[in-house]
Amino acid sequence: MLDLFSQLLTDYTLRTVALGAATLGIVGGGLGSYAVLRGQSLLGDAISHAALPGIALAFLITGSKAPLPLMLGAAATGIVATLFIIGVTNTTRVPYDSALALALSAFFGVGLVLLTYLQQHAGAAQAGLDSFLFGQAAALVEHDVVVMAVLGGIALLALLLFWKEFKLLAFDPDFGRSLGFPIRMLDIVLTTLLVVAIVIGLQTVGVVLMSAVIVAPAAAARQWTDRLSVMVALAATFGALSGVSGAVVSGATANLPTGPTIVLCMGTVVIVSLLLAPNRGLLWRWWRQWRTSRRLRQERVLYDLYTLAAKHGAGDRPHEAATLDAMVSGSTRTAYVLRRLAEQGLVAETSDERWHLTDEGLEEARRLADKRNLAPDATIDDA
Amino acid sequence: MPDADPALTVRDLTVAYNEEPVLWDIDWTVPAGTLTGIVGPNGAGKTTLLQAILGIETPAAGQVRIFGQSYEAARDRVGYVPQRGSVDWDFPTDALDVVLMGLYGRLGWIRRPGAEEKEEAHAALEQVGMADYADRQISQLSGGQQQRVFLARALVQEADLYFMDEPLQGVDATTERALFDLLRTLQQRDCTVVAVHHDLQTVPEYFDRVLLLNVRRIASGPVEEVFTEENLRRTYGGRVGFLRKNESPISDSASAPNRKEESRA
Amino acid sequence: MSLPQIEIQLVATVVAVACALPGTFLVLRRMGMMSDAISHAILLGIVVGVFIVGTLHSPLLIVAAALTGLLTAALVETINSTGQVKEDAAIGLVFPVLFSIGVILIAKFAGDMHLDTDAVLLGELAFAPFNRLTAFGLDFGPRALWTMGGVLVLNALFLALFYKELKLATFDPGLAASLGFRPRVLHYALMGLVSLTAVSAFDAVGSILVVALMVGPPMTAYLLSDRLEWMISLSAAFGVLNAIAGYWGAHLLDVSIAGTMATTTGLVFGLVLLGAPERGLIAQWRRTRRQKWQFAVKMLAIHLRQHENTPEAARECQVDHLQEHLNWDGPFAERVVERAVSRGSVRRENGHLRLTDEGREVAQEAATQT
Repeated sequence: MLDLFSQLLTDYTLRTVALGAATLGIVGGGLGSYAVLRGQSLLGDAISHAALPGIALAFLITGSKAPLPLMLGAAATGIVATLFIIGVTNTTRVPYDSALALALSAFFGVGLVLLTYLQQHAGAAQAGLDSFLFGQAAALVEHDVVVMAVLGGIALLALLLFWKEFKLLAFDPDFGRSLGFPIRMLDIVLTTLLVVAIVIGLQTVGVVLMSAVIVAPAAAARQWTDRLSVMVALAATFGALSGVSGAVVSGATANLPTGPTIVLCMGTVVIVSLLLAPNRGLLWRWWRQWRTSRRLRQERVLYDLYTLAAKHGAGDRPHEAATLDAMVSGSTRTAYVLRRLAEQGLVAETSDERWHLTDEGLEEARRLADKRNLAPDATIDDA
Repeated sequence: MPDADPALTVRDLTVAYNEEPVLWDIDWTVPAGTLTGIVGPNGAGKTTLLQAILGIETPAAGQVRIFGQSYEAARDRVGYVPQRGSVDWDFPTDALDVVLMGLYGRLGWIRRPGAEEKEEAHAALEQVGMADYADRQISQLSGGQQQRVFLARALVQEADLYFMDEPLQGVDATTERALFDLLRTLQQRDCTVVAVHHDLQTVPEYFDRVLLLNVRRIASGPVEEVFTEENLRRTYGGRVGFLRKNESPISDSASAPNRKEESRA
Repeated sequence: MSLPQIEIQLVATVVAVACALPGTFLVLRRMGMMSDAISHAILLGIVVGVFIVGTLHSPLLIVAAALTGLLTAALVETINSTGQVKEDAAIGLVFPVLFSIGVILIAKFAGDMHLDTDAVLLGELAFAPFNRLTAFGLDFGPRALWTMGGVLVLNALFLALFYKELKLATFDPGLAASLGFRPRVLHYALMGLVSLTAVSAFDAVGSILVVALMVGPPMTAYLLSDRLEWMISLSAAFGVLNAIAGYWGAHLLDVSIAGTMATTTGLVFGLVLLGAPERGLIAQWRRTRRQKWQFAVKMLAIHLRQHENTPEAARECQVDHLQEHLNWDGPFAERVVERAVSRGSVRRENGHLRLTDEGREVAQEAATQT
């Protein structure tokens, strides 16, 4: 472990890759939070696939594989695809997800056509363009990381600058419009920022896996908090941590591609968060559910005793557990529930194995009936 | 053919989502041949109750009997009209085809509707006054027309017991009357109808029995006995002041002095 | 046309139709992106299958991969059912993770299998004629034609048998459930078919382009049809069109056939989107324009009628005045008047506008409508 960290500091390639992965994690996590909250989780997938023809076109025009022109090309076609999706959904009855799927695959098809065209005509110069399919983190150089960091930094800065406006956009755009904010414009800007987050990550994880970078850290972060600001910060942190650990683990292991390793790290964070996060975590929820159903069973037996008591006009008149069983049809656990109620001092058992409410129990049952908006004799039975 | 068994018996029905029960310990009986309304505030579990009875929602506890049988066994005798908003009206199909869907249960797996079924569907469309719209794409129908198509679909099911989720919501006054007359016709044919209803004003006029629901069964029975201001207040949490004095079927005169006077003209 | 060319087009056509059939229901059920998720996730199934069977061409492999497709659908449903993650986010999580596991397995054990990720992702239809089905020393044509032909028959059979059930479960799952048609079973059957189709198609067109073939033709058909049978037939027809046109595009440009098929799918959708008779953008635009003029002529008629035989009629019924009163600019007002005149609802009398009897009717009608 220590060895890995010393490597991180000394090994140039590993450090570059780790820095690149961290940048992509931070920016993807931060902007991904908005995408997930706005129901645009899969838009990231469409944009990243649609970036492929942009990359090929940029190369076709400039003949250069420098990161900036390729990223600009990628962003351009990504935005065109987004406009296509929005346009189709707004003007026809074609559902949003189908529009996404078609944009994704048709744009990717165009990219494939261009790539194969380049392979035929551009000779050796184009070699390596297809690494954008899966990304090639190992080929990152310092210059790439600098470009990533600068573009990502600008995107995050814009996010902070228009924080309250974007929050309004994500939560209640109609209300935002009524306050006079240019919601349409804000929508375009935020989507463009998402495009930026995606294109800076393509070289590292590739077009196919990019959607996980957008969705996973945000979905994980959502489990831990109900505040947007905390969520964005957490998502960025999760993104960065997964990015660095993915880079380090794949760097230290032979034949372990970086992009997929990063994605698996992110997946792990999601699973852990889904299970363990306080309050929203599934384990907690299952536990609470178990407690709730126990409480409901107890309330119910207590209430049945109360009904019986009201019928007979005396709270301390004892009844057999079997009578209560019959009231709760299908339940055979009444005896167990009664013992638990007895532990709480709400019921008491007589010597002949019959049960009655204690004074406290009567009080509690009354409180319950009140809370549930009930009086024991209030229902007019038509049976 | 009057049934010895009640049309519907619900015992101890409890449905829970996550933490809280949506329906708690519902005991409810619907005698055959009646027109019953389910009334309660938003989130009272009205739709959930129907869905739990129809096996669309799995209850946490409790039993449902339809004409003394389990739902599976009595399925052929049950018809269901979901809320209009629950389906995709852009679906590529026409009104006649939607009505035909009501016959799918009788056809069973794989068999397709033939000329005979189409005739039945046409007859049902005629009955709801929609015969001219048979081959209209369903998104081109108005809300009231869509609701009529749904009712025609229920009619062809020739069920003995109908469940309807807000059949009168979002339709204009004329359509509402027409649809309601249809419910009465159904009842005269010895059918039992259970409908979720949102308009308290028209409950005494439309239904003979009512279930007041708010997670628990607050009260159920004949309208004139159960549909009291007291019960309504307990259902809606005390903010009920809409019944006109002369219309309110309140039997309990002791509560009369407390009655709110903010009735609408 | 040479024999391989014909064979490639045949395979392309069969793949396209086989994809369009289940694709129609994906589009209508708003599950278009499930095709994307499944077609990626099957990589894992293929890798695991190759580990078990040892070859890329075994029916068992197809079964293993199809099971991964079902696993994807089940995982998405499970995550979504926790209520903590929305469905689209669940899709966006599940398939990259499964795909990543597949890629890593290939990278770790690449030496042991003849499989690379590019092939799965991109496919190569041009190789289809080289992989032939031979038996008893006879050549039965490209193997892909037989696999895809089988899948096509299976899809068609499933749709033919369960057409009514699928339709009902798609349109109204609640009613389907209450009639005992088990919409969940149908859902998983459909997902199974989508997986099977995607697996079988991957070495022809690759997993990303399968998505285009599955959603593209049904979306195009959706713009043109109001009946489900018609939509399915049209989807199949568009599938064939895209396949053939795509092949010749690739032939002309000397590029990837799968790429041109997907591109054509997008282009054909775009053209229909523009030109569809009722729902097309051009038709929509013309309708809006027509309605705008009709409305304007009506407004004019009502305005004139209101001021007819009143003292201020002389002033109100001048073209210039319309600008101020109806908030129309000069040229627009002039053109509305021209239209109204040509329709015979208004006539000009020395600078004043007068309603004709017909125009009065128009105004009357418009007034009673509101």
